[in-house]
Amino acid sequence: MEKKSKLSILTNGIIKENPTLVLLLGTCPFLATSSSLINALGMGLSATAVLICSNIVISMLRKVIPDKVRIPCYIVVIAGFVTLVQFVLQAYAPDINKALGVFIPLIVVNCIILGRAEAFANKNSVIDSALDGIGMGLGFTLALAAMGAIREFLGTGCLLGFTIIPNFSIGFFNLPPGGFFVFGVLIAVMQAATKGKALKAKGFSCGLCPMYNSCNTAEANEEVAAAKAAKAV
Amino acid sequence: MIVNLIVIFMGIVLVNNFVLSQFLGICSFLGVSNKMSSSVGMGGAVVFVMVIAELVTWPVMQILNKFEIGYLQTVVFILVIAALVQFVEMFMKKYLPALQKALGIFLPLITTNCAILGATINAISYGYSYVESVVYAFGAGVGYMVAMVLFAGIREEKLNNMDAIPTPFKGVGIILVSASIMALSFMGFTGMFQ
Repeated sequence: MEKKSKLSILTNGIIKENPTLVLLLGTCPFLATSSSLINALGMGLSATAVLICSNIVISMLRKVIPDKVRIPCYIVVIAGFVTLVQFVLQAYAPDINKALGVFIPLIVVNCIILGRAEAFANKNSVIDSALDGIGMGLGFTLALAAMGAIREFLGTGCLLGFTIIPNFSIGFFNLPPGGFFVFGVLIAVMQAATKGKALKAKGFSCGLCPMYNSCNTAEANEEVAAAKAAKAV
Repeated sequence: MIVNLIVIFMGIVLVNNFVLSQFLGICSFLGVSNKMSSSVGMGGAVVFVMVIAELVTWPVMQILNKFEIGYLQTVVFILVIAALVQFVEMFMKKYLPALQKALGIFLPLITTNCAILGATINAISYGYSYVESVVYAFGAGVGYMVAMVLFAGIREEKLNNMDAIPTPFKGVGIILVSASIMALSFMGFTGMFQ
């Protein structure tokens, strides 16, 4: 792997490999917590904090963690930081904590965080991993905030609770179907603006998942079965 | 009692559908629903693991509460689920090879599926009893399966004909917009069970 400059590591996650809009990762919290801008920012920053901390710790431990049990180890590290973030939110932002509800503990299984642990922190120095965490986290937060702003504005006519257009609301955008719709349109606009070059992921598939390589996918299982059959013969 | 359980079950299958109104398990919902056969398999595996996970995590939570370390919920639950999935897989390989063949390939995917962890955490935070939370988990799994199978049907039938779709919407865009329309139709169930 070629050596990248620190700046390119930082900006990589914001635009070129934006985790949600380009790589289509972390769609659950992206859709669920973007109904208003404040929720979106809360979720984005919580996930960023967890991502930076877990990237740093996993990078520090990358030579200690045995390869075979690395995924459970990552999950424990991430879960620890998620619990910390949960405490901080409960103490200082109880409203946001309540609004985000189950999605705060669910940061544990957020594929962006596990994916960065597996794809980056696992192989790179502590400083690089921290920068990567900041970049990816900001990319996620910015995408989430954009979506939150669009949905809050169209849904209630407000931004961050301040009324922009009085007596204007299209309730659809605040509801779950609106989340899918705005995400779809956002991707389409991005595709149209870049003539179809923006999206790295070729549609939704198992291959998107960061666990794809380590997971016993259908193909892997078939290979194992084939090897066994060959042995039996 | 029975009525209460039916309300919980129908509520989570139709009104608060896990995928379409709570946005849990979206990754696998969009990833696996391109084929009808794989969505049935994945749906079955999710129902199966969700119920087993709920059977185990509810008593675990009581133990945590007893020692007043309820804040460790997230860490403990994800580890319990991960270990459980491994164990179930090994058990099935040895004793239930037919079931393993049908669901097995989807099992490892499920550890990091947020629907499983979400169901177990939700059941605790709603304060359900043991029986109620198992019914809730079963309903959540069935709701996931229903949404996924319906969506796979739509994708196989309609979305394979790509010519009629405007270029920027091809692929990801149209899938999300169709999911939106399906979520909208599920909103028709709102208010059915109070």
